[in-house]
Amino acid sequence: MKVVYERPKTLEKVVNHYCPGCHHGILHALIAEVLDEMNLADKAVAVAPVGCAVLAYNYLDIDWIEAPHGRAVAIATGIKLAHPDLLVFTYQGDGDAASIGLAETMYGAIRGMNVTTFMYNNAIYGMTGGQMAPTTLIGMKTTTSPYGRDPKREGYPVKMAETIALQGGTAFSARSSLYNPRAITDTKKYIRHAFELQMAKAGYTFLEVVGTCPTNWGMTPVEASEFAKNELAKFYQLGVLKDVEGSEQK
Amino acid sequence: MNEGALKVVVDEELCKQCELCVSICPVHVLQISSRINSKGFHPVEIFDNDKCISCGYCAMTCPERAIAVYKPEVERA
Ligand SMILES: Cc1ncc(C[n+]2csc(CCOP(=O)(O)OP(=O)(O)O)c2C)c(N)n1
Ligand code: SF4
Ligand code: SF4
Ligand code: SF4
Ligand SMILES: [Mg+2]
Repeated sequence: MKVVYERPKTLEKVVNHYCPGCHHGILHALIAEVLDEMNLADKAVAVAPVGCAVLAYNYLDIDWIEAPHGRAVAIATGIKLAHPDLLVFTYQGDGDAASIGLAETMYGAIRGMNVTTFMYNNAIYGMTGGQMAPTTLIGMKTTTSPYGRDPKREGYPVKMAETIALQGGTAFSARSSLYNPRAITDTKKYIRHAFELQMAKAGYTFLEVVGTCPTNWGMTPVEASEFAKNELAKFYQLGVLKDVEGSEQK
Repeated sequence: MNEGALKVVVDEELCKQCELCVSICPVHVLQISSRINSKGFHPVEIFDNDKCISCGYCAMTCPERAIAVYKPEVERA
């Protein structure tokens, strides 16, 4: 029998703590697959966030540092300045990267730091029990917007991939998702491209990944994947926003 | 010679019964089994090995990476 798929070597063989069907696990696995295929696991240092991915260092067999909430890109910056030849990336939630850590994330892009950020956007604070995030859609119910997000009261959802794409130091900014095999394939392609650009010292690379939180959305995993496709990915349009290697797209 | 070998092998201890693989399989050959793992989940199983096209979609969708997929070297006549 020919192998079509086997668990990547860099993905530790442990049961993770994520809720059943949570897409965090898919994103972890894709990063592990790309690290294996590019033979970069020995060179990789990742920064874990505060959020549901706080224990990510238990799941990828590479070097990790745990950052205080929102400070991941600042720590990645320090690692990269001390060790310019390592592959340095942050793994963050939307609350971590776009709320408390917005300044750090923005300055990664503004300064053109040679690091990569993966921002898992599930439009909610998952870890703390489903509060509204800056990315929560208009009308979406959370524990702190129980009647649905109203922009007059709670402001508008932030589009991070577009914002990061506008900054001069950004080499690559894209948004992808994980709701079906096609979306998963695109995400993996972007992860690889971001790592290639970082190794070529092209500048800041940013991938926003539209994911799910079945638990706090109050949905089954299959319903949550459908919501990611039909609602989240409609507002947060998927595709490449900036790529210094290709032509800049919308 | 591998005709009887399973194309989809599930690591039952890793499965969390989320059913994403069941919903994504284009030929509908996966189901929740009646077995139970140590976390209390009913792991997924393949019930029609012949119909499986070894596309790998279930494996790439599984958040637990509990699935391995294999393709027979020689297709059956
Ligand atoms: C300084 C500080 N403020 C607030 C918190 C509480 N807190 C923990 S995780 C979190 C947000 C998590 O949301 P997100 O980053 O979107 O990650 P998710 O769990 O959704 O993956 C907050 C506000 C904290 N731990 N530290
Ligand atoms: S709370 Fe939400 S984001 Fe966190 S592990 Fe559970 S489903 Fe995933
Ligand atoms: S490999 Fe494809 S056809 Fe076979 S069980 Fe998985 S998804 Fe279904
Ligand atoms: S996707 Fe993975 S964890 Fe979910 S039911 Fe299928 S094998 Fe189990
Ligand atoms: Mg979140």
